[in-house]
Amino acid sequence: MIAIPLSWYIVFATVLFCIAIAGIFINRKNVIVLLMCIELMLLAVNTNFVAFSRFLGNPDGQVFVFFILTVAAAESAIGLAIVVLMFRNRRTINVGEIDSLRY
Amino acid sequence: MNHATLQMVCFIVFAVVAVGAALAVVAAKNTVHGVLALVLTFFSTACIWMLAEAEFLSLALVVVYVGAVMVLFLFVVMMLDIDMEPMREGFIKHLPLGIGAAAIMLIEMLGIIGVRALNVQPGLNPAGVSNIKWLGEALFTRFLLPFEIAALILTVGLVAAVVLALRVRTFSKRQNPAKQSAVRAGSRVRMVKMAAVAQVPASAPASEEPQA
Amino acid sequence: MISQNLLIVLAAAPLAGALIAGLGRKQVGRAGAAAIATISVALSFALSCVVFYQLVWGGAPVFNHDVYTWLEVGKLSIGIGFLVDRLTALMLVVVTFVSLMVHIYTIGYMRDDPGFQRFFAYIALFTFSMLMLVLANNFLQLFVGWELVGLVSYLLIGFWFDRPTASAAALKAFLVNRVGDFGFILGIAAVLYAFHTLDYSAVFAQAPSLSGRTIEVVGGHPWSLATLICLLLFVGACGKSAQVPLHVWLPDSMEGPTPISALIHAATMVTAGIFMVARMSPLYEMSPTALSVVLIVGATTAFFMGLVGIVQNDIKRVIAYSTLSQLGYMVVALGVSAYAAGIFHLMTHAFFKALLFLGAGSVIVAMHHEQDMRYMGGLRKRMPITWITMWIGSLALVATPGFSGFFSKDTIIDAVGESHIFGSTYAYWCVLLGVFVTALYTFRLMYMTFHGKERFKVEHGAHASHDHHQGLLSHAPKESPWVITLPLVLLAIPSVIIGWFTIKPLLYGNWFGSAIKVLPQHDVLAKMGEEFHGTGAMFWHSFTTAPFWIAFAGFAVATYVYLINPQLADRAARMFLPLYRMLTRKFWVDEVYYNLFARGGLKLGRVFWKGGDAGLIDGAMVNGSAAVVERSSRVFRRLQTGYLYHYAFAMILGLILLLGGLWYWGLH
Repeated sequence: MIAIPLSWYIVFATVLFCIAIAGIFINRKNVIVLLMCIELMLLAVNTNFVAFSRFLGNPDGQVFVFFILTVAAAESAIGLAIVVLMFRNRRTINVGEIDSLRY
Repeated sequence: MNHATLQMVCFIVFAVVAVGAALAVVAAKNTVHGVLALVLTFFSTACIWMLAEAEFLSLALVVVYVGAVMVLFLFVVMMLDIDMEPMREGFIKHLPLGIGAAAIMLIEMLGIIGVRALNVQPGLNPAGVSNIKWLGEALFTRFLLPFEIAALILTVGLVAAVVLALRVRTFSKRQNPAKQSAVRAGSRVRMVKMAAVAQVPASAPASEEPQA
Repeated sequence: MISQNLLIVLAAAPLAGALIAGLGRKQVGRAGAAAIATISVALSFALSCVVFYQLVWGGAPVFNHDVYTWLEVGKLSIGIGFLVDRLTALMLVVVTFVSLMVHIYTIGYMRDDPGFQRFFAYIALFTFSMLMLVLANNFLQLFVGWELVGLVSYLLIGFWFDRPTASAAALKAFLVNRVGDFGFILGIAAVLYAFHTLDYSAVFAQAPSLSGRTIEVVGGHPWSLATLICLLLFVGACGKSAQVPLHVWLPDSMEGPTPISALIHAATMVTAGIFMVARMSPLYEMSPTALSVVLIVGATTAFFMGLVGIVQNDIKRVIAYSTLSQLGYMVVALGVSAYAAGIFHLMTHAFFKALLFLGAGSVIVAMHHEQDMRYMGGLRKRMPITWITMWIGSLALVATPGFSGFFSKDTIIDAVGESHIFGSTYAYWCVLLGVFVTALYTFRLMYMTFHGKERFKVEHGAHASHDHHQGLLSHAPKESPWVITLPLVLLAIPSVIIGWFTIKPLLYGNWFGSAIKVLPQHDVLAKMGEEFHGTGAMFWHSFTTAPFWIAFAGFAVATYVYLINPQLADRAARMFLPLYRMLTRKFWVDEVYYNLFARGGLKLGRVFWKGGDAGLIDGAMVNGSAAVVERSSRVFRRLQTGYLYHYAFAMILGLILLLGGLWYWGLH
């Protein structure tokens, strides 16, 4: 039996999400921290899924979390591979110096 | 302390730890510290999931994320010789902006979702069914195809990561056993037929006399 | 009874010949193409003679049947059919005979031309088109034939398409004919409006109902429907028969090969307008106004175009202006309701004018394509057959008593004298003075070409370039081969004698029957018929009439000025310089048209090109949209900094706004 109200989970997830947003603003030049912030956001979203799933008595939410975990793992693997490749070619991972897409 | 109170206390403790660790992730000067703080965040959140009776996902989060993804992060951070200083410039300058945006968003989100969810009661308790069975029944019946596709995505991610990070060293010298064993005598020694006595052309030396 | 199959073969044989000669190249060869085209036309000629015989002496009734239903729209049914009465039969014989002569002549004239086969395909196609025009039993089929002959005329004028002048002349002929054809098709539309059918017999049967009917083309001004129809149809005739003011294309069409000038631009196609008006006589009889217009236009053409002919130096152009003038005579005959006289003159003219053109072609061949008469002279000893036959043609042209032209032209002049419709006095003076003019330019042509001193030089080393001979020839002129002279002789015979035994039946014997309809109050030929006492009497009487002595005066003047005292011509030209210039500039009609229509069209086109196409479509729409995209992207690309965090910031900002909107509006 769960005693914790649903709102606690949601508040907790929201706080995590907003911290991640703030992190993207503050650490805007470090790709690795940006990636970590994205992981945080996904975590917040997953927490919501878990809580809703449990409170609605529907396993679909947890299945979604499962898939999100899968995709997030693949995403961080590829993201980190790109970071490694970028560092090898440019000797930096500073987002402020990576502006080849600019006009 | 009864069961419910204990749960609430545990939730608050883990939540506070998770939020504090998340703040540390965002604020860490050293990225290695940030990654470690993220590990703590994941771990605490896994505990909170455990409180929500999502045991399988909770453990999966610890195993997959803390055990694999975060270690990957640590590897990358420590492997790359990154100068952190230029990347922290503007930290103070953007702090108010970041906090402001985050605060607005928090208020909006709570206004939209949190307030309405306050009165929701816990739903059906799948009594007698373990979380793993509950999840597995859904995953392997209705979500079988997405499950297979997820496996495919992971494989593609694996291959993509390898392909991206692999460096082919073009100048490295190595042996090719296949070529070595396929070699024949003819490709090593060339037989040339020559006359035993060569005749020197009479006029040739005169014309090819150096001019200088 | 005329067989329908016979008529189909008659019309289709030249088409088959054209297709075989034109589409088969190596398979038929040059000789094959010539043979096939000539034989197909000869077959048509033979069948035409059979038809003529059956109608005139065999007592066969008029043939008027549809062979094939072309289209049906509502109640309107249009077929491909044949109407064969005596008018058609006469035209059939004339067209196929001249066409056959020209085919034979072409074998010699075009012998060395690389477009030999193409030429035969074209003239056989022309024969087919002309037959379709003549045989038509409804207006639409007439129009198809009308357009087909126009097309072939265009193709043949521009036959030597690598010459810029020839292409320009072809284009000019085509464009001027478009003006006429536009009027013509409007006329056909008016006929359809008035009678709800396009079938000849049905239309002509209802023609009397036209009297009193009006139509308001411009609101508030009721016009006589009969006059409107007739004038619109006559616009078409003006274009095809080169009447003032649509005459400008015919002199330029002399850029085409000479056999074409003889066949299309003298004997057959240009007479299509005459034939058409004669065919429509039941309609024209309903509108005295239209008849007056026809009369005045014809008289103007007859006199003033003849004047221009006096000052031309190109041998073919002289004959071309002569053709214009003679076509004017035919139109005058139509204007005074003497349709039979017009057709009669059409027939005699076809023979002697084709003869003159082919003779001129013979001269041109002998002169190595030198056409300027100032470098000819004295050719009578070198090419006697051409000389004699050309003299016969000329005498016929100036209406020397006894020759065919005499009977037809004097009849027209007398008919104008008898007529009392509006404009007949003006027309009478025009045709009378036209006789003098005709004699003047005709004998001038003969003297400059065949008599006097030889003004060309023969240099054996001179390589004939086709542009500037200045009378320099590489070989002495000699008589043309038999394929050229044979048609001359064959055409000379009817030019002399045909008038003697056709005038009485054709003009005074109601020979055409129902084909031509004349109201009693207009019928000048009937009045003249009362005074007609046989050809001999007419012959002897002519020596006491004005036209003969006027023609003789022209002959005398020409003889004195161009044969006895050649310097006088130049002196006269200097003395009457403004008049001379007016004639050499052809009354400035070309200049007016050029400045008014051609340059106006060019200007209009330039406005559409610069303003509409280049400005609006290319500039504003195509390049404009590109420029808008380019300019705006120049501004908007500032947003694309390339920095990852700017994009992230934009995303989050959007998310905040979205959430704010959802919170504010979504909860209610």
